[in-house]
Amino acid sequence: MSKSEPSAGYPETWERPSVFYNEYVKYVVYLAIILFVLWSAWAVRPSVERVMGGIDAASILLSTMFPPDLSPIALERTYGGMVESIAMAFVATAIGVVLSLPVAVMAAENLVPRPVYYVGRAIVSVSRALHELVLAIICVVAVGLGPLAGVIALVFATPGFFAKLLAEDLEDIDEGQVDAIRASGGNSLQVLLYGVAPQVIPRMVGLIIYRWDINIRASTIVGIVGAGGIGVTLLNSFERYEYDFALTIILAIIAVVMVGEIASAIARRRVQ
Amino acid sequence: MLEITDLEKVYSTGDEALKGVSMDVEGEEVVSIIGPSGAGKSTLIRCINRLTEPTAGSIVLDGEDVTTMSKSELRNARRDMGMIFQEFNLVERLTVMENVLSGRVGYISTMQALRRNFPEEDVQRAYEVLDRVGVGGMENKRADELSGGQRQRIGIARAVLQRPKILLVDEPTSALDPETSFAVMELLTEIAREEGIPVLINIHEVELALEYTDRIVGLADGEVVFKGTPDEFDQGARDTIYRAGESREDQSTPGEQVQKQQSASVDISDADRETSY
Amino acid sequence: MSVENQTEWRKHSPRYHIARWAAIVASIAVVVLSWRELNVTYEFLIFTPRNLADLFVRMTPPDWAYSIDILPPLIETVNIAILGTGLAVLIALPIAYMGAENTAPHPIAYAFGKFMIVATRSVNVIIWALFFVVIFGTGALAGVLAVAFRSIGFVSKLIAEGIEEIDTGQTEAIKAMGGSPMDVAIYGIVPQIKPTFVGVTTYRWDINVREATVIGLVGAGGIGVELNTSVDFLQWPRVLTILIAILGIVLVSEVVSAYLRKKVS
Ligand SMILES: Nc1ncnc2c1ncn2[C@@H]1O[C@H](COP(=O)(O)OP(=O)(O)O)[C@@H](O)[C@H]1O
Ligand SMILES: [Mg+2]
Repeated sequence: MSKSEPSAGYPETWERPSVFYNEYVKYVVYLAIILFVLWSAWAVRPSVERVMGGIDAASILLSTMFPPDLSPIALERTYGGMVESIAMAFVATAIGVVLSLPVAVMAAENLVPRPVYYVGRAIVSVSRALHELVLAIICVVAVGLGPLAGVIALVFATPGFFAKLLAEDLEDIDEGQVDAIRASGGNSLQVLLYGVAPQVIPRMVGLIIYRWDINIRASTIVGIVGAGGIGVTLLNSFERYEYDFALTIILAIIAVVMVGEIASAIARRRVQ
Repeated sequence: MLEITDLEKVYSTGDEALKGVSMDVEGEEVVSIIGPSGAGKSTLIRCINRLTEPTAGSIVLDGEDVTTMSKSELRNARRDMGMIFQEFNLVERLTVMENVLSGRVGYISTMQALRRNFPEEDVQRAYEVLDRVGVGGMENKRADELSGGQRQRIGIARAVLQRPKILLVDEPTSALDPETSFAVMELLTEIAREEGIPVLINIHEVELALEYTDRIVGLADGEVVFKGTPDEFDQGARDTIYRAGESREDQSTPGEQVQKQQSASVDISDADRETSY
Repeated sequence: MSVENQTEWRKHSPRYHIARWAAIVASIAVVVLSWRELNVTYEFLIFTPRNLADLFVRMTPPDWAYSIDILPPLIETVNIAILGTGLAVLIALPIAYMGAENTAPHPIAYAFGKFMIVATRSVNVIIWALFFVVIFGTGALAGVLAVAFRSIGFVSKLIAEGIEEIDTGQTEAIKAMGGSPMDVAIYGIVPQIKPTFVGVTTYRWDINVREATVIGLVGAGGIGVELNTSVDFLQWPRVLTILIAILGIVLVSEVVSAYLRKKVS
């Protein structure tokens, strides 16, 4: 194999193995994706007037927004709405978690019979798929405007997160400890309480705090469809073109969301 | 061939890794650099192709000084220096064939690199070299599917495909078990002989150096403390090299950190917890 | 069981026990106070289950004929998610580059990158939508921009983490063989961050399909517009049809994005 010798007998070409059938299929697939994206971009393309109008609107928006409205009355209304949002988050977390616990057990493959498992998974999927605001708009119709609708919406949204992740933890538990309780003649409930619960409680507390964090974010905006909290105030400020007040509210929301995130991170670290 | 004169390297941390090293490599010989860890072996090898910028001194390859080259001159010079790494440094998520062909990356255009479009003779030779290093038929496997020994064979194949004028090798066996180490050293030195090129190789284990190399350079604390053939390497030489370096022996060497385990894939369950709200 | 309790008891100090009880009592107190703060009329509460059941009865059966009419807004929803994600990725790439420790060109750029990541993530999609509706009027354009801006932080953060995980040994090898900076990018960097990139993009797209279902509530296009109208006109069977449709596209996009992520690992 010296430099001059030709490498006779070996293939002259090499093709990278592809997940596609062959290279042409690959390019057809890529082309199709590109065309699809271009087509959807074409569908939302703005007219020239719209862009020009947009520039005007944006400059008006920005100049009215700054500085934020820090008058006592604005601050008072922001404070009132925010307290309601935070209260909604606490209540919704408490109720949502209590109602999600049985769902979590149902959605854990190793703990329940098949049909029950499917029901559990279905509840989780539906709850996950529907955005809090979609749930909120329905709840407002059902129980009227106000924080109750928001709380119910957040409660409905809880299993999609809480039950799903708790079910995954339940599926990972150490079966040995469970069998020990079963062997000493415990019934299903005792198995859950003494064999399963001690193993997942720290993780569960972490998930509760995490859910509270999410609920804080959600409770600040469900008001947009009338379901209580600061969101109502925000929507009103936009409808009345009080963008400086809107900015105050948004800054308050960001502050609360960040404090919530930090508090939840600290609390979860403590628990673990 | 390769002539190093008064090479110095001071890292930005103030570490004086090389304190005036002079040595040369001629013809088709295999030269080993031995010394305790922290002696400056890796630094020396990496200065030669300027993966690490030397502070002072000259490195002349085939009559041209590497240290004063411009970026594009340096790229051309690097094509002539095959490098084999301690941690193999294969592109883990690419196939074996892509890794081997990447040895020719300095000779093709960006567009060709993008399309993995290498000349026929390169492809042909890649197949041949893969056979030669003993991993024939694995060209479509991904590098991260292979064992350490196999990866180092691919690393050698990649360097050979460059058709380099010299091989620079940094502790090729310290990530391998002893048995594989011997096989890889054997392969490496044989191939160099077949290709008719010299090798400059860092070795931590003295035994391997004695068995496989023509000439030994002993490095301690950034200075050359021994030069000679394996026959001339006696207990006295061993003591000078390793006693002088003892003080630094147990210091950690940033250059030798264990390769970070690749976990490029997204941790979806964590992302899941990313509040989408 | 008694054994279990004993180990528990040994593991934790009395101080730990007091702290735990204090935390539980404080949590309950906060929830009770919050509940009183909400001033929920108890009559409302009593009627809640009945109201929800009532609504459900009025919704069934869904209006199947209507499902043809909601196809265009459904497609628009998916399009908003795709374009919003695409735009977010375009904007996120330079931010990720600035916000990754190993590629940040300057400490100021790094700080800016980190700021953008936090700032865009903290503002909900619906608030972004309110802004863009004011600027560009109602329609899908506002929706695309809202979804895009909401996603920038998430996408940049995860891509920046991917960049931080790049193994320099692999890029160095390409350099050592005489590769140009372009070669290093193509051969050394792209293969390493491709899984992160595909994973983050498809995962965010999946989330965005869900987000795109609601921005219509403030007029920013997609199926939410339809939902809002149907609720306003009290067309309950239509509402149920829309909910089923949303469920459908969200589940499908979840499956598609999981499949794509698995393919590119
Ligand atoms: N990137 C770096 N930055 C700072 N100091 C370094 C770096 N790489 C190596 N050094 C220092 O240079 C000296 C020689 O290191 P190295 O060349 O890796 O030795 P060897 O390869 O012989 O073990 C050591 O003291 C080490 O701490
Ligand atoms: Mg070394």
